[in-house]
Amino acid sequence: MALTVVLLARRRNIHLESDAAIALLRGIVQIVAVGSILALLLKAPRWTSVFLLVGMVLAAGSISAKRAKNIPGAAKVSTYSIAAGAGLVTAIMTWAGVIDTAITSLIPVGSMIIANAMNTNGLALNRFRSEVLAHAGEIETALALGAAPEATVARYAESSIHSSLIPAIDNLRSLGIVWIPGLMTGMLLSGANPMYAAIYQFVVIAMILASSGLTSLLSTMMIRSHAFSPAEQLVLRGAE
Amino acid sequence: MSATNQPSQSNPVLRAENLGRAVAGKTILSDISFAAAIGDLLGIVGASGSGKSSLLRMLNRLDEPTRGTVFLEGRDYRQLPPRELRRRVGMVTQRPFLFPGDVASNLRFGPAQRGETVPDAEIARLLERVGLAGFAAREVSVLSGGEQQRVSLARALANRPEVLLLDEPTSALDEESKLGIEELIRSLVQDHGLTCVMVTHDRDQARRMCNRVILLEAGYLMQSGTAVEVFGA
Repeated sequence: MALTVVLLARRRNIHLESDAAIALLRGIVQIVAVGSILALLLKAPRWTSVFLLVGMVLAAGSISAKRAKNIPGAAKVSTYSIAAGAGLVTAIMTWAGVIDTAITSLIPVGSMIIANAMNTNGLALNRFRSEVLAHAGEIETALALGAAPEATVARYAESSIHSSLIPAIDNLRSLGIVWIPGLMTGMLLSGANPMYAAIYQFVVIAMILASSGLTSLLSTMMIRSHAFSPAEQLVLRGAE
Repeated sequence: MSATNQPSQSNPVLRAENLGRAVAGKTILSDISFAAAIGDLLGIVGASGSGKSSLLRMLNRLDEPTRGTVFLEGRDYRQLPPRELRRRVGMVTQRPFLFPGDVASNLRFGPAQRGETVPDAEIARLLERVGLAGFAAREVSVLSGGEQQRVSLARALANRPEVLLLDEPTSALDEESKLGIEELIRSLVQDHGLTCVMVTHDRDQARRMCNRVILLEAGYLMQSGTAVEVFGA
């Protein structure tokens, strides 16, 4: 089916062959690697899952930082924010007993939380970057009048947080009406009680919203100062 | 102000010393030195891409020199906190970039950054000075280009700067508004005892307004002196 889509696109002069082939190949390699690691970890002590989650956070930070091109320190900001947002929510929910500490439970749920935090972080940073580039004149006018750098971009940071959370809020809003998420589908297919599957899915989606919100809030708060030099000059500008 | 007036160089308020800037190995400006004293209206003249605006942006440290420095009242400006420097060296850009809201809130913006409030009477005085008496409550979105540039000037003055940087302040205006703003700038420099540095690509404007000019070409200072000395009679 993916091949059909690629061929249809090609007929309309949209060349997805290379991107689709690489993405499919990369996807199968990555997911088989994760499956193999999980199979190995099933025999390992439970605490080893922490290392896997930390590895996921580091990778997520690096991937979503690419959405903040030309902002120095974006990878560090992304990693810290995802670690704090996803880590805190995962830790609290594990402590509360909502997420089982078994590797087969903690890793899939934890990865879902991290992946969503990564996407939200990427959206927030990308939006922040676009807003700052589009409003460089207003920002530098405020700087020239003696404003504090972070105050000059505060409103763009706020709109970035808001727009980055739209997908997570829409997911929650449309839950059960427009879509039945994968986790619930998997539970139903494996014979779980539909009511239990539904409530567990809701809790997971709510966790995703909480971790995404926290990640977005932290990353936009931290990235504000990175858009400026120590001498309070806007470094995120178009070419001179 | 006559174009033949000689500048007072004995006690410069603003002095650029061997200023240069290179970005990614490309030289934008090289070895620029000049001084301006109270009452000076110094024109930076040159073709597009000659480095005029880049030079102006370094004077209030919106851009960092990669060589040389600027002295404000004899003090290296890198020793001043950037916000204090920018309060003292005001800037008016080609596009006014007024903030959403009314005229008064725009004028109050600069002082508010330092926790200062500007009384209504002072707002009225500033607006009267720039020919916009009674405009305090007007929304900036309904103003004409010339009116917006006047608000931008008043907003810069509300910070009580010692130096005023003007980046082609009339280039987006029609002829009538342009002449009005020119007259206003000349009188503001005299009345407020300002030191003014103005970028313009218009040699006639430099002749009309500036008591001294420096001519830039491809990032280098080619000539400096009175407009007559630099452009000829």
